[in-house]
Amino acid sequence: MSTARTAVTITHPVGLHARPAVKLTKLAKSFPAAIRIRGAEGAWVDAKSIVKVMALKLKSGTVLEFEAEGDEAAVAVDALRSLVERDFDEGAALHHD
Amino acid sequence: MTERRLRGVAASPGLALGPLVRLPEVAAAASGRPAGDPDHELGRLKQALARAAADLARLAEGQGGMAAEVLAVQQELLEDPALVEAAAEVIAGGEPAAAGWDAAIGGLVAAYESEDDPYFRARAADLGDLRERVLLALAGEGAGAVDLPRGAILCARDLTPSRFLALDHARLGGAALAGGSASSHVAMLARARGVPLVTGLGGGIDGSEGEAILDADAGELVTGADAATLRAFRARLKAQAALRARAAAAVARPAATRAGERVHVMVNVDDPAGVDAAALAHADGVGLMRTEFLFIGRQRLPGEDEQLAAYAGLLARLGGRPLVVRTLDVGGDKQLPGVTMPAERDPFLGLRGIRLCLENPDLFRPQVRALLRAAPLGPLSVMLPMVATAAEVEEARAVFATELDALVRDRVAAAMPALGIMVETPAAAIAVDTIDAAFFSIGSNDLTQYVMAASREAGGRVGRLLDPLSPAVLRLIEGVVRHGARTGRPVSLCGDMASDPAAVPVLLGLGLRRLSVAPAALGRVKLAVSGA
Repeated sequence: MSTARTAVTITHPVGLHARPAVKLTKLAKSFPAAIRIRGAEGAWVDAKSIVKVMALKLKSGTVLEFEAEGDEAAVAVDALRSLVERDFDEGAALHHD
Repeated sequence: MTERRLRGVAASPGLALGPLVRLPEVAAAASGRPAGDPDHELGRLKQALARAAADLARLAEGQGGMAAEVLAVQQELLEDPALVEAAAEVIAGGEPAAAGWDAAIGGLVAAYESEDDPYFRARAADLGDLRERVLLALAGEGAGAVDLPRGAILCARDLTPSRFLALDHARLGGAALAGGSASSHVAMLARARGVPLVTGLGGGIDGSEGEAILDADAGELVTGADAATLRAFRARLKAQAALRARAAAAVARPAATRAGERVHVMVNVDDPAGVDAAALAHADGVGLMRTEFLFIGRQRLPGEDEQLAAYAGLLARLGGRPLVVRTLDVGGDKQLPGVTMPAERDPFLGLRGIRLCLENPDLFRPQVRALLRAAPLGPLSVMLPMVATAAEVEEARAVFATELDALVRDRVAAAMPALGIMVETPAAAIAVDTIDAAFFSIGSNDLTQYVMAASREAGGRVGRLLDPLSPAVLRLIEGVVRHGARTGRPVSLCGDMASDPAAVPVLLGLGLRRLSVAPAALGRVKLAVSGA
C-alpha cells in the first residue's frame, strides 16, 4: 500500500463547478486507490463523490490537495493534478472584441 | 381584460405571440403521498432513480455540446451513492421517498443558491433539474407532461434544462419565467436554439393567462393586450420576418452604400473548423482570425507546424481573399494555465495581449515563425492586440525580423507580412499618429470599456455605460479613420458594434469602409450598408 499527496491551484476561471467536477470524479473513479480531496486546508472529502466535491464549491485561485492511498496512488494524484492544471480541458470563455 | 405589462430580463432575443401554457409544478405531484414502510419507500426511490437514469441516457443520445454536458453532470450525480445514502437516512426516520430525495438533494441546491458568485448560483438550477426529474419519476407516468398548442408561450417559475430539452421546440413560441437568470444553462440553450426567453418576470406571471405577447428583445411579457398593442406587435413580427428574409438574400451580394460606394464586409473567425461555410464563402475576407483556440484548453502549447497548418488552411479556403490573423490575445478574461497570471488584481489592466507575448518569447516565437511561413501562401497580414505604445510595435517587429532572418538562413520559405495593430486602448486611439503600423483595426468592445471606465463584466448602471455609440468613443474612432485616410493606411472595425445594424450607418458616416463582423451577422450588416 502506498500513499501519495499533491497540491495544485485551480486556474479555471469559474472554479470547480459542475462540469469540471464531473471530469474530476470520473478520473478519480478510474483508479483503485482511495482518493480524498480538500480545498484551502478545509475538510477532506471523497474525491469519487460528485456530491461531496461539488459541495466544496471551490473557486478559481483556491489551493486543492489530493491524497491517495492504495494501488497506483502516485499515478492517481499526478493525473488529477494534471487535470486541474489543464483547466479540466475546457477552453476558457472567449470574449468578443 | 385590461392590458398588463411585466418587465423581466431579455435572456434570449426574439418575438412571440401565442397562448400562455403553464408548466405543471412537479414537487406538488410527488409529495402528499403517505409514507409506506421504510424498505418499501427506499425501493420506490431506487426504482425512480433507475428510471431517471434511463431518461437521462435517452435524452443525452440526440444531444451534443452543452446540452450533453448538462446531462452528464446529472448522470454522475445519480451514480453517486452519497445522495442515496442521505435519502435513505431520512426515509428510515419514517418519511416518504419523495421527502427523502428532496432532503438529500435539497441541501445541495440550497448551498448553491446561497452563493455570491453568479456562476455557482446558476448551477443550482441544474441541481434543481435532477431534483425535479426524480420527483417526476416518483409521481409516476405522465406527471409533469405538457401539451403545447402551436406557438405556445410556456410560463413557469423556473425551467430546468432537461424539461426545456424535452419540450417540442417546433411548437414552442417562447418561454416566460418568474425566476431564472440570463446566465443559466436554460438561457444558453434557448439562445443556441433561437427560442425567445424572458427571465426574472417575478411572481406576477402566476396570474397571467390567455393570449400573450412575449417581447424577448425588450424583456417584456404583455397579457390582455388591447387591439392597438396587438396590431403594433403583429406589424413588428411581420417586419422581423421580412428583415430576416432580406438579410438572407443580401448575404451573397457585395455590399455597397446607396451612393454606390463599395464597403468591405469581412468576418471574424475563431476556430475555422466551426465557421459557417456559407458566411465564409460570401465574406470579403477574414478581418479577424482569433488564434486563442489553438492555445486554450490544450494539454500543451501548439507547435509551429500545427499553427502553420491552421493559417494555411484558412488562406486556402479564402482563395485569394485577405486574412488578418491576430497574434495570441490571452490575459484579461482569457486565462492560459502556466502562462497568464491567475491572481492578477485587475486582469484587464494587466499583462495581456501583446504585453504578455513580448514577455514570453517561448510562447510568441513559434506563432511568429508560423505566420512568417504562411505569408508567402496568400494575402495574409498580422495584427497585434492591446498595443498601447509605438515601442511595443517596434519590439514585436524586431521579433518578426529576427525570426525571418533565421528562417531564410535555414532556407525555409517565408515572407514578412504586413504588420498592423488593434486599436483598443485609449492610448493607441489618441496617439495613433505616433504608431507605425501598416493598418489599424478598431476593437470597439475593449476600447469602449477602457474609454468609459466601465467593466465588461459589470451589469446595471455600470453596464449601461458600455455604449460604443458614446460621443467619446465615436470621436476616437473618427480620429483613427482620419489618420488612416491621411496616411493611406486601411482602417477597419472588428468589434461587436460592426455587427449591429443600428450602428452601421454611424460607422459609415465616420468614414469607415471596412467592417469585420460575426459570421451570423453578415447578411444583416450587408443589408444595413445598402440602406445607408
